[in-house]
Amino acid sequence: MINLIINKISRLLSGIGHRMIARIWRLGAGARLFMLAIIYSGESFKRFHLTLREIYFTGVMSLLIIIVSAFFVGMVLALQGYNTLQKYGSSEAIGVLVALALVRELGPVVTALLFAGRAGTAITAEIGLMKTTEQLSAMEMMAVNPIARVVAPRFWAGVISMPILASLFSMVGVLGGYLVAVPLIGVDEGAFWSQMQANVDVRADIINGVIKSVVFGVACTMIALFEGFDAPPTAEGVSHATTRTVVISSLTVLGLDFVLTSFMLVV
Amino acid sequence: MTSNIVEIDNLSFGYNGRLLHKGINMVFPKRKVVAIMGGSGSGKTTLLRLIGGQIKPTKGEVRVDGHVVHKQTRDGIYQLRRTMGMLFQHGALFTDLSVFDNVAFPMRELTDLPESMIRDLVLLKLNAVGLRGAHKFMPAELSGGMARRVALARAVALDPNIIMYDEPFAGLDPISMGVICGLIRSLNDALGATSIIVSHDVKETFLIADYVYFVANGEVTAEGTPEDLMQSTLPFVHQFVHGEKDGPVPFHYAAPDYRAQLLG
Ligand SMILES: Nc1ncnc2c1ncn2[C@@H]1O[C@H](COP(=O)(O)OP(=O)(O)OP(=O)(O)O)[C@@H](O)[C@H]1O
Ligand SMILES: [Mg+2]
Repeated sequence: MINLIINKISRLLSGIGHRMIARIWRLGAGARLFMLAIIYSGESFKRFHLTLREIYFTGVMSLLIIIVSAFFVGMVLALQGYNTLQKYGSSEAIGVLVALALVRELGPVVTALLFAGRAGTAITAEIGLMKTTEQLSAMEMMAVNPIARVVAPRFWAGVISMPILASLFSMVGVLGGYLVAVPLIGVDEGAFWSQMQANVDVRADIINGVIKSVVFGVACTMIALFEGFDAPPTAEGVSHATTRTVVISSLTVLGLDFVLTSFMLVV
Repeated sequence: MTSNIVEIDNLSFGYNGRLLHKGINMVFPKRKVVAIMGGSGSGKTTLLRLIGGQIKPTKGEVRVDGHVVHKQTRDGIYQLRRTMGMLFQHGALFTDLSVFDNVAFPMRELTDLPESMIRDLVLLKLNAVGLRGAHKFMPAELSGGMARRVALARAVALDPNIIMYDEPFAGLDPISMGVICGLIRSLNDALGATSIIVSHDVKETFLIADYVYFVANGEVTAEGTPEDLMQSTLPFVHQFVHGEKDGPVPFHYAAPDYRAQLLG
């Protein structure tokens, strides 16, 4: 009886241990791919059209979903913000509220989440499929380094697109907020813009927002690339990897956002 | 300097601890077409991967042009691979590039040729496999046999010194088969290259090969010129060459007794 229990517990513990080791191993493998992507980046810049092509696929393809989402997020922010602010008689501050919420948090974070779902999954699936159909092997056999030719351009494309997409998100969001606050609710237009101008700081708000989105760009793109590269070469393996890209990217973005925000508010 | 461009010396390799090759010795002399034949799953494709340095042997070594493949640095291996071309068993065309761009890929990546010359060379290679007219197609628009012919054109795009063909005849109609057969031989002779053909099409392979190795159970079980092997009385070779079902080569992968498994 006792033996049975000890046996069960030890099996449980070793199971947990195995999983931990597997996770840590993957983390290490991911970090290694990241380093290699940086080391073999030369070609992505020397032959910038390779990166440009990926910017088109990851960035431009995500444009529509980002603009539409941003518009609705901005409108909802204005509605909710007005509802609360007017109780305190400061409904002109609605412009600041919308702008700060977007620039500091929602712009980078929601963009990263949408990016993970739209572009991240596409990257994972594409690379997973290239691996499954031996395209990466074929490249290796031609003496062309797949990290330089496939991984690095996609990595830089993601890192470059993300801040641009996030800025666009914030801009469209502000426009959405404006449309709800000024023409619809009737907040004073001059107050809306001037309060925003006076209270949004370039250094503390905008630059910090851009820093966040660059970090998210590195994280989301790297996770998508690694999952694709690491996927077992089967249909099932690729589909699991795609799901993992979304889950891991989303959690990573939210966790990183907390860490970055706490640093930015303290420093 | 030996006259062998590739030498496989006492090579052992296995996936996950299960030995697939148990001490294989082969030599591939310069300017010859050498075939490796064996049943499905006997490790032929794996052997090509070992020559290309994509996997490391458990024991023994592969030498390409005198260099031990698995002891090379990454740059060293890439240097060796620049002299090799490989036709993958399933083509492995880049699905995001057109037929033209697939064949142009190695030229654009590894040479500084001007685009106008690349264009001429690509059309030349595509013409040789009869697909010049399909240069604008995407790989998804090709039939299996067409895709493999494009892959062949890509494999020889840079006129390699060593050309490895993994099942070049699979999925081809008799006419293309004859053309590809002739092409492999004439490419070999025109380029002064060495060709390694992995195949189980006895008729076509024997037609163009100078020398043939048979592998089974992880060992070289027979070797010789096609003429020798046709005359061979070795039961294994006889079975393979004449495509007989009963003989020393099992059709089934090692498995427990069928009756016992069904009833058990
Ligand atoms: N990546 C791998 N991981 C584990 N086992 C593998 C792997 N690739 C191949 N094998 C195993 O190695 C054996 C030989 O495979 P290989 O592809 O070399 O055979 P082959 O001789 O080319 O067969 P075919 O004529 O069908 O192409 C098979 O039994 C296969 O199960
Ligand atoms: Mg094979």
